[in-house]
Amino acid sequence: MVTHNLNAETITIQGHDGDGIEAYLALPTDVQNCGSVVVIHHMPGYDEATKEIARKFAANGYAALIPNLYHREAPGAAADDAAAVARESGGVPDERLIGDVAGAMTHLKSLPISNGKVASIGYCSGGRQSLLAGCRLPLDAVIDCYGAFVVIDSPEGSPLRATAVVGEVGGLTGPVLGLFGAEDQYPSPDQNDVLATALTQAGKKFDFHTYDGAGHAFFAVDRPSYRPESATEGWNEIFRFLGASVA
Amino acid sequence: MCTYQTETMSLRASGKTPEGWKSLNSATVYFDHPIHFPAGHALMIDVRNRDASPSTRVALELDVRSARELAESILRTLESVPPDLIEESMAEPRTSSRW
Repeated sequence: MVTHNLNAETITIQGHDGDGIEAYLALPTDVQNCGSVVVIHHMPGYDEATKEIARKFAANGYAALIPNLYHREAPGAAADDAAAVARESGGVPDERLIGDVAGAMTHLKSLPISNGKVASIGYCSGGRQSLLAGCRLPLDAVIDCYGAFVVIDSPEGSPLRATAVVGEVGGLTGPVLGLFGAEDQYPSPDQNDVLATALTQAGKKFDFHTYDGAGHAFFAVDRPSYRPESATEGWNEIFRFLGASVA
Repeated sequence: MCTYQTETMSLRASGKTPEGWKSLNSATVYFDHPIHFPAGHALMIDVRNRDASPSTRVALELDVRSARELAESILRTLESVPPDLIEESMAEPRTSSRW
C-alpha cells in the first residue's frame, strides 16, 4: 500500500575526485525495494524547491538524491548565495558534474532498498546536465526537463559556458523522457526536434512531450512560470516513465 | 529560458549585506530567472566580496525598464558631479584596513 511515508535528510556523499559534497537524500519508508533517481538542481541552486521534488519522488516510492553541485564553491552557504558564487566562477564544469552524478549513483545503488536501477532528472540547466550524464554514465533512464543548450552552444563571451550535448547521444544506455514548453525558446521546439532526430538516428528510445501554453520552468511551483496543468501532466509522464524503466 | 548571459567585473564599493556593511570587490550582471522578483526573468545584479563568505553579497533583481532607468540615473548623476568630487571618490583610501 502506498502511504507516501518517507525519510529525508542531508548527508555527505563522495563526488568527483572523491570530494565529500553535501547531498539531500529522500527515501520511501513504505517499500522494501525500489528504483532511484538522481535529481540535478537548476541553475538557481540546491534550493528548497528542488528538495521538495526529491521528497515527491520518495513519497511515490523512489529513492531520490540531490548532489549539491555548488558545494565546493560555497560550502554551507544559502542556496541563492551559493548560486551567485558559482555563476561568478563560471558554473559547474561538465567533468565535475559527471563525477558528482556518478557519486550519487554509487550511493543510491549501495542503499539496502535499492533495486540497482538509477535514473536521472534535471530541470533548466540540470536538464542538459541530466542528458549529458546519461550519455557518459550507465544510467537506466534519463529525464530532461527543458534543458537549454543541448543542440547548440551557449553564447560566446559569457563566463558561463555550456556546449551542445547532441553529439554524444550515442552513449545513452537508457530511454529518454523530454518534457518541454511550447513557448520556451531555450530550448525551442525546433531545437527539441533536432534532438529527437539525433536520438532516432542513434537508435535510442525516447518520449518527448511539449505542452501548449507552457514556457520554461513550468514545473517550478514557486515561480510565475508555473503551469499547474502542464506540470501535473508532466509528473504523470515522469512516474509512468520511471515505472517502466527503473521500478 | 536560461540565458547563461553573464558579465562579471571587479569594482571598489561598500554594501550593506546580511553581515552588516562590508567592502565589496566584484559584480555579476545577468538576465535570468530571479529568486524572488515576481517574473520569469529579470536583470540581476550581485555585488559581493569574492574574498569573503558567500553571504557577503548585495543582490538586486529588476525588471527591464527599472534596470535601464537605474543605469541611466547613475550616469546622469555622475555627469552632474563636479570634477573635483569625482577625483576625491576615485582616490585610494589613506589606510588599507577597509580595503
